[in-house]
Amino acid sequence: MSESDRLGGTLALRDPHGASPRDPDPTMAANEELTLEPTVPGAPGPDAPVAIRVEDLHKTFRIPTQRVDSLKERAVHPFSSRDYRELHALDGISFEIRQGEFFGIVGRNGSGKSTLLKLLASIYRADAGRIQIAGRLAPFIELGVGFNQELTARENVVLNGVMMGLTPKEVRERQDSVIDFAELHDFADLKIKNFSSGMLVRLAFSVMLQADADVLLIDEVLAVGDAAFQQKCADAFHQMKREGKTIILVTHDMSAVEQYCHRALLLADGNVQYIGSPAEAGHEYLKLNFEADTTAAGLGTAESDGVKLLTCQIEDEAGEPAMTVEDREPVRIKVEMELQRDADAINVGFTFAGANDLGVFEFGELLTREAGYDLSAGKRVTVHVNVENRFAAGRYFLHCGIHSPDGIALYVHKATTFVAFGSDETRGVMSVDHRVEVEIEDAG
Amino acid sequence: MSAEVGTHPVRPVAELREVQGPSALGGGSRRFFDLLWLISVTEFKRVYFGTVLGYLWSLLRPLFLFGVLLLVFTQVFRIGSKEVHYYPVYLLMGIVLYTFFSEATSNAVTSVVSQEGVVRKTQFPRAVIPLATAITSLFNLTLNLLIVLVFVLAWGVTPVWTWLLFPVCLLFLFVGTAGLSMALSALYVRYRDTAIIWVVASQVLLYLTPILYPVTALGTETKERLLMINPLSVIFEQIRVWVLHEPQAPTAVEAAGGWLGLLPAAVIFFGTIAFGIWYFNREAPRIAEAL
Repeated sequence: MSESDRLGGTLALRDPHGASPRDPDPTMAANEELTLEPTVPGAPGPDAPVAIRVEDLHKTFRIPTQRVDSLKERAVHPFSSRDYRELHALDGISFEIRQGEFFGIVGRNGSGKSTLLKLLASIYRADAGRIQIAGRLAPFIELGVGFNQELTARENVVLNGVMMGLTPKEVRERQDSVIDFAELHDFADLKIKNFSSGMLVRLAFSVMLQADADVLLIDEVLAVGDAAFQQKCADAFHQMKREGKTIILVTHDMSAVEQYCHRALLLADGNVQYIGSPAEAGHEYLKLNFEADTTAAGLGTAESDGVKLLTCQIEDEAGEPAMTVEDREPVRIKVEMELQRDADAINVGFTFAGANDLGVFEFGELLTREAGYDLSAGKRVTVHVNVENRFAAGRYFLHCGIHSPDGIALYVHKATTFVAFGSDETRGVMSVDHRVEVEIEDAG
Repeated sequence: MSAEVGTHPVRPVAELREVQGPSALGGGSRRFFDLLWLISVTEFKRVYFGTVLGYLWSLLRPLFLFGVLLLVFTQVFRIGSKEVHYYPVYLLMGIVLYTFFSEATSNAVTSVVSQEGVVRKTQFPRAVIPLATAITSLFNLTLNLLIVLVFVLAWGVTPVWTWLLFPVCLLFLFVGTAGLSMALSALYVRYRDTAIIWVVASQVLLYLTPILYPVTALGTETKERLLMINPLSVIFEQIRVWVLHEPQAPTAVEAAGGWLGLLPAAVIFFGTIAFGIWYFNREAPRIAEAL
């Protein structure tokens, strides 16, 4: 095997699917909010009929601080049930899904994703706003949830089919094909409490397919089952996509959204954060995910011998604190300190470390009186640093140290943290410019 | 990709319809009744045909109770044999019917909560759950009544045309039970002590219904009238008159002291049903959230 062949092999491994579904051009995705333009080939155009329309949907949960579950409690504390706090799970969201669209709904835990799903599936009732759906909707919310453990596979197929709106006659006609699709022919008359989870998954999935609904509502079930079954799921999804069914997929799994969906909706705190291309939604989602746990990061102030660290933060272009850094945007660091004793020279040092505490890059700057800096007690020193961003996607920490021979010593481990978005193609910690040349010759 | 999309048959465009959210009936009446029937039947099959002894047990329970009570009331207290001509049949009939009532209602209390998975995660007409428990019990009752029929004939009760009125009584009993089941199952979602209260209440009701004793055993007319406030008493008494056709048994109207005396029972009966439907319907949209 020649050198160049092996190189070609590695290149192919890095991108097994051919063209990445992510749009490489960020300018295109940026201003696409709330438009109905198809972003993926095969998506229905803006003239396609609307399959689902949601207008100004509100849902608030009252969470009693102390739950009153019995008459006695109610009698003893007649007013205690009024102690509740309101949780605005959905705060006026609106969107439309076109017929034939594969639509993703993503969001962090607690973003209102499940609430929206349950409202669409008529499990909860909305407080305000309206939902309109064209045709029959088949929810596939949790595997085997409508199954009765004590009944046989066959009985459950009938029961579920009727629950999805078929007549008992229709279901009886279809039940054999359902059982066959699930590959459970030998177990059709076995109580499903004796089923393995894999068998249950297959049964549930084929039950959903039989309903022949116009709109399918699917909640993170793709990750279940073995590889062969996942492939079957994937095939079924592609088939449904081809048949022009409207499918809503609710998930955490951004790769599934990017793989299947025409458009995606990102929910955050009960509001629509973004609607548009799955790639952009995924990007925003990642951003949200990391921005949320800022509390772990900003260490604030630290004080030690002779110096007080007031600020150590990552900033954006405008000088506002930031938790994320876009690909190829410089990493801007700002450090503020207050000197509590006179010094002739101080050394300000930084270490970037990856999430596994692996040092990535280290540098320092020596400030001296000779260079013209007034390092007297009571002075406030602000240091701005711009670091070229070669970071691969991931979380990084910044350790900060301030030292002086005059008795100043301060070291703050993980003084701040940030998330680099990196580019799509890198793993590891660095994204380094590179050029690849390939030559292929006849070996003989 | 786009080529594939172009070739698929275009699905007919469905009308946009308003989604109302969950409700007691939810999803159309046809689906409601399909589900109700299917669940009642499968549940009945599961319990009574799933195991060999399944049905036998459900029959043995009232039969044992019957045996014990028969012994007590004919050998110890001796009210039975004097006042009622066909006391054993009377007792058995009462026990079987009351077993239906107490079994259906006590199963219904926890029914909605125990079906949590279905209620919280599927689009399901909620009222199916308590009603299905009532229907399942009704199937059971029907089987048990066949046994009762054997007893009735064996004790020498001759068939008369008023037997045809028995289904009317049964209908009243069933509708009342179903209404009460709806109320209890919805109440239990919010107040968990409903279950305990109902255990006691159905015990008390057993004694407030002329099952172990005939109405006339109470002695005074006032007591008889008070007893007839209980809608179950009215139904059970009328069954005694129509099925056992004993000449000394007063009809429900006579025992209540005229048609007006039946008014409280009627108010309670229809009030319970109305409350059950109203309350269940009111709570239905919120059950998934309250669980």
